[in-house]
Amino acid sequence: MSGADRLAGRPPRRRAAAAPWPLAVPAVLGAAFLLLPLVGLLVRTPWRSLPDLVGDPIVRQALRLSLVSATLATALSVLLGVPLAWVLARTRLRGRFLLRALVTLPLVLPPVVGGVALLLALGRRGIVGRYLESWFGVTIPFTTTAVVLAETFVAMPFLVITVEGALRAADVRYEEASASLGASRWTTFRRVTLPLIAPSVLAGAVLCWARALGEFGATITFAGNFPGTTQTMPIAVYLALETDPDAAIALSLVLLAVSVAILVGLRHRIVRSGPAG
Amino acid sequence: MTPSTLDAHVLARRGAFELDAEIRAAPTEVLAVLGPNGAGKSTLLRALAGLTPLAGGHVRLGGRVLDDDAAGIHTPPEHRGIGMVFQDYLLFPHLSALDNVAYGLRAQGLRRAAARRAAAPWLDRVGLADRSALRPRQLSGGQAQRVALARALALAPELLLLDEPLAALDAGTRLSLRTDLRRHLTSYGGPAVVVTHDAVEAMVLADRLVVLERGRIVQQGRPADVARHPRTDYVASLVGVNLYRGTARAGRVAVTGGGTLVTADRTADGPVYVALRPSAVALHRQPPTPGSPRNTWTGTVSALESVGDRVRVSVAGSLSVFADVTPAAAAELRLAAAAEVWVTVKAAELTVYPDQP
Repeated sequence: MSGADRLAGRPPRRRAAAAPWPLAVPAVLGAAFLLLPLVGLLVRTPWRSLPDLVGDPIVRQALRLSLVSATLATALSVLLGVPLAWVLARTRLRGRFLLRALVTLPLVLPPVVGGVALLLALGRRGIVGRYLESWFGVTIPFTTTAVVLAETFVAMPFLVITVEGALRAADVRYEEASASLGASRWTTFRRVTLPLIAPSVLAGAVLCWARALGEFGATITFAGNFPGTTQTMPIAVYLALETDPDAAIALSLVLLAVSVAILVGLRHRIVRSGPAG
Repeated sequence: MTPSTLDAHVLARRGAFELDAEIRAAPTEVLAVLGPNGAGKSTLLRALAGLTPLAGGHVRLGGRVLDDDAAGIHTPPEHRGIGMVFQDYLLFPHLSALDNVAYGLRAQGLRRAAARRAAAPWLDRVGLADRSALRPRQLSGGQAQRVALARALALAPELLLLDEPLAALDAGTRLSLRTDLRRHLTSYGGPAVVVTHDAVEAMVLADRLVVLERGRIVQQGRPADVARHPRTDYVASLVGVNLYRGTARAGRVAVTGGGTLVTADRTADGPVYVALRPSAVALHRQPPTPGSPRNTWTGTVSALESVGDRVRVSVAGSLSVFADVTPAAAAELRLAAAAEVWVTVKAAELTVYPDQP
């Protein structure tokens, strides 16, 4: 590899290959398994009444709330999660292994349990919530804030592990070069580290946003189900399933369409960012 | 800029490897640290830059104490005022060539426009004014090297460190940039330390050579002196001479490991080195006729390789030796691996110098 190639960091081109059957067969089965429910959804969609259902104020409210709260949760996750990832990846903080395990706990925790835990912490009688109420008169549960917090709790680990991986894979020597040019660690982070891992931050944010948009268990436990303030799309779908299955299907379709549109729009960037950030 | 003197004693450990090197560089002096891979050259440079912590010793630059292990002083890299050109340059890929050069000035608090104005002349000095808007990936290796140099020089560092500055370049570019680099190092006006494993590069760039092997300095001096009087097999092979160590007495050197060499220099006494240029070694297929004071021994050809327009013949024998002969002579003598040869060397061709400098 010539020096110029190495500097440009071009990966060698891989030739396209036919998949051997032990890979091809499970791959086809896997794809079919993932696609089948979607097909079911499309087949059963009441296309004729769809415009009316989508135009319903309750549906539009739920959709707006879902999009706004998922976006706010993502913003909060980036704001807190990127520094957290940096601390995990770059410092020798004692107990950081334990910290990493705890941070990623919401990934394996049933979301309903997460909701209960949030209530115990931030609810009116919660360990922090009681002071929020008595000192500031702030109550969080069953508000839109609670929706955002529940979604952040569940979704932020996706961002943290993505960004931490990118930070570990990133070439630290760029940071050394920055330091040798007189830049403080904070300047280095802003002007060198962050631009270098930006594609991974974006990928992490997209994962985080998608997870927040689909959040159900923690939200309904911690924020409840009030149309307009806490009833997000997944909750609306679940409730509609009992009263009006057609509406549930239509709502699902809307949620699906919005997610797919946004993910496809960003797919190119996510794929390109790859594991190395 | 006030010229500064570098005075450092670097102790650093990396697993079982230990670096223990004392180096000094006068203001405006260019020091080349030469050594094989794994000798600790880069560790030395990183320690000077503050990127690798010292296990002991000190680094003083001008009037400042940057590190003093005993006193618990350690200045972080960003406060040392030392410029560094990294081996593969490490230009920030998301910044243009100009913004790379302006980076240090920006970090000092200059606004973007002011930093760019101050950076532009540096890009011009390395002949890249017309490339200022390009990203690093659009630059050739040689251009990237010059941007990296301009980026380090733009901060007027008190000491400049260069880690294998030409190693990532192809042979043609390396040759032209070597002269360029020498010019920039001279006009820079402060002390510079260049790490390299290329002897010619070291000779061209440096005022003084420091040879590092296995974490220790084994030789230092002016390039010409080091080339003329190598003190280790590594240096001897780098500068292309045969090197023997032995004990001299009355014009004869008993070589360590066997054999005796007759030298023209009769004054040397005690432990000495004997250096011999490969072109001064004559090979014969027949026993040579006895004559003037000279050394004769037999050996077996162990390898032949082309070096420039010569053939370098390795001869194993009571004294192993490299000989340079013309291709015509090699053909005439029918030299091939395992051929038996007589080696003769005139006494006057042997350079004898004492073991202790």
